[in-house]
Amino acid sequence: TLDIFFLNSCILTRDQGLSYYRCMQTIRRMELKADQLYKQKIIRGFCHLYDGQEACAAGIEAGIERTDHVITAYRAHAFTYTRGVSVREILAELTGRQGGVAKGKGGSMHMYAPHFYGGNGIVGAQVPLGAGIALACQYQGNGQICVALYGDGAANQGQLFETYNMAALWKLPCVFVCENNRYGMGTSVERAAASTDYYKRGDFIPGLRVDGMDVLCVREATKFAADHCRSGKGPILMELQTYRYHGHSMSDPGVSYRTREEVQEVRSKNDPISLLKERMLSNNMASAEELKEIDGEIRKEVDDAAQFATSDPEPPLDDLCKYIYHNSPPVQVRGTNPWAKLQSVSSS
Amino acid sequence: MSFLRGSFIDALVVLQMMVRDALNQAMDEELERDERVFLLGEEVAQYDGAYKVSRGLWKKYGDQRIIDTPISEMGFTGIAVGAAFAGLRPICEFMTFNFSMQAIDQVINSAAKTCYMSAGFQAVPIVFRGPNGSSAGVAAQHSQCFAAWYAHCPGLKVVSPWNSEDAKGLLKAAIRDDNPVVFMENELMYGVPFEMSEEALSKDFVLPIGKAKIERPGNHVTLVSHSRCVGHCLDAAAVLAKEGIECEVINLRSIRPMDTDAIEASVMKTNHLVTVEGGWPQFGVGAEICAKIMEGPAFNYLDAPVTRVTGVDIPMPYAKILEDNSVPQIKDIIFSIKKTLNV
Repeated sequence: TLDIFFLNSCILTRDQGLSYYRCMQTIRRMELKADQLYKQKIIRGFCHLYDGQEACAAGIEAGIERTDHVITAYRAHAFTYTRGVSVREILAELTGRQGGVAKGKGGSMHMYAPHFYGGNGIVGAQVPLGAGIALACQYQGNGQICVALYGDGAANQGQLFETYNMAALWKLPCVFVCENNRYGMGTSVERAAASTDYYKRGDFIPGLRVDGMDVLCVREATKFAADHCRSGKGPILMELQTYRYHGHSMSDPGVSYRTREEVQEVRSKNDPISLLKERMLSNNMASAEELKEIDGEIRKEVDDAAQFATSDPEPPLDDLCKYIYHNSPPVQVRGTNPWAKLQSVSSS
Repeated sequence: MSFLRGSFIDALVVLQMMVRDALNQAMDEELERDERVFLLGEEVAQYDGAYKVSRGLWKKYGDQRIIDTPISEMGFTGIAVGAAFAGLRPICEFMTFNFSMQAIDQVINSAAKTCYMSAGFQAVPIVFRGPNGSSAGVAAQHSQCFAAWYAHCPGLKVVSPWNSEDAKGLLKAAIRDDNPVVFMENELMYGVPFEMSEEALSKDFVLPIGKAKIERPGNHVTLVSHSRCVGHCLDAAAVLAKEGIECEVINLRSIRPMDTDAIEASVMKTNHLVTVEGGWPQFGVGAEICAKIMEGPAFNYLDAPVTRVTGVDIPMPYAKILEDNSVPQIKDIIFSIKKTLNV
């Protein structure tokens, strides 16, 4: 068992504060731009937005090394950004253009970057994958860890419990993170889980419950968890209590299973960006003008990215059969009819 | 490795090796060659493998490289795929492919599709292997053939060896392949010995995935098969040869990609085609071959419709007489060939 751990204080430098502010604000504006583009029907299909949860992605990235690994589910745009992909490439992937990070082949749920494994569409599947990445870290002895995220909905998937068992048995350096935003699609946690203490669901795996709206709490908890794994003690579980302003996806208005008042309350009292902003202003770490200037820069960056995402061409039809395989001789690919004989081109 | 010394022919030593030992040798050689290769699955380490295919490997390579898993197919398959994402080259064993159904989401959605979805950014160099298809007396839940299910999916390669050379050469190829390969063995073949050529015994012996082999040339009818049924086809061909009917027996070796060219070339020569498989008829390997032949140049060379010889379209029964009559027997193959040839 772990000793009880309370975060009483930590150190935030001005540079760090500005960096976290910029990160979270960029995610916020990027997600709102995606909302806009979706309503204009320029983005189609699934689009699961992260606004409200910014402190989780920003805090985790601040608590790990660049060389560590991250895998998450489909609410993935923010992590794609924190792991190094530009807003441009993310929006262009959402609009399905050749300049998208996955060249238009993946879409919202399938974006990848070095040491970032998506973006996964099947609820819960990313958790064993994350433990496998951790196994590779252990096997290669590189001192790296994997952060495997999932939601309160996925927390009830059987494969998670299989994974907890193996991760603990083999002491895999995996930080399991439950982003509990209180609703799995339209089902509140009370209606889905016999135990809503998600940080305890790992049973024999030590668990932390963290205020997911406070980027510093997330950062410090992540550092603690990462240390735990890196020192060979095995996996650890972190529940981040957070909230999403949007519905489950763009096709869910998000008000049939919760009240507008509840959403508004979180926005006004617990917004992660406002929390950090107030903290910095009240401690004289930045001026309101300075933050406003950053807001302006971000607005421009996101607008430029949207401009690119709407004007970049769609991928050429030649891309249809590209990258089925890696490092493989071409194979014939059947098209829609027997005379449509296409050839695969592998990646290398 | 156990082998029986065969006869001396012109000072050449002919070695015989059982399929399970050929698989063992393939894994042993690849584990030695590349330290990123490792094996995980139920009973693969300390038990030496449920069917002894991994005998001796744990003793030689240890805990890190030969990993016993709990009975958690979905979990350990996901772990294997994740390890492949992050730079390792896992061999993920299913005790039988029947249990792979528990994990099929990880095989299809996490492994098969990822290279494509990521536009080539994320490769998945993994092998899923284990016994597939019918065994003897293991009844309905343990006897299904999954060739058609996996071969349906783009992004996978699906391989089905018959003899020891196939087993070794194709497993080495699968392990060296940077893509997810479903490698379907057969439990009844594990203990069957076959000749191994000098070449096949070499550490660099690799067979190409996607190429079929003509096991027996002939002019009157093309028999196309995979796995254990290849042997039945050769037996049927031996019987028919006495009646003056010469069968060309093609061992597919790969179900996906399938060597359609080899089948077409043969059909254009023999004008008759019979497919033989252990799996169920509907939406199966034979059904796919029929469709492919119709769509290509060989169609115009057919003197009769293609005949499929398949397992009976029922869950596998237990009683021996029923089980024996649920899978293609040599007499079924002979009967079908004669009907196709109208003799």
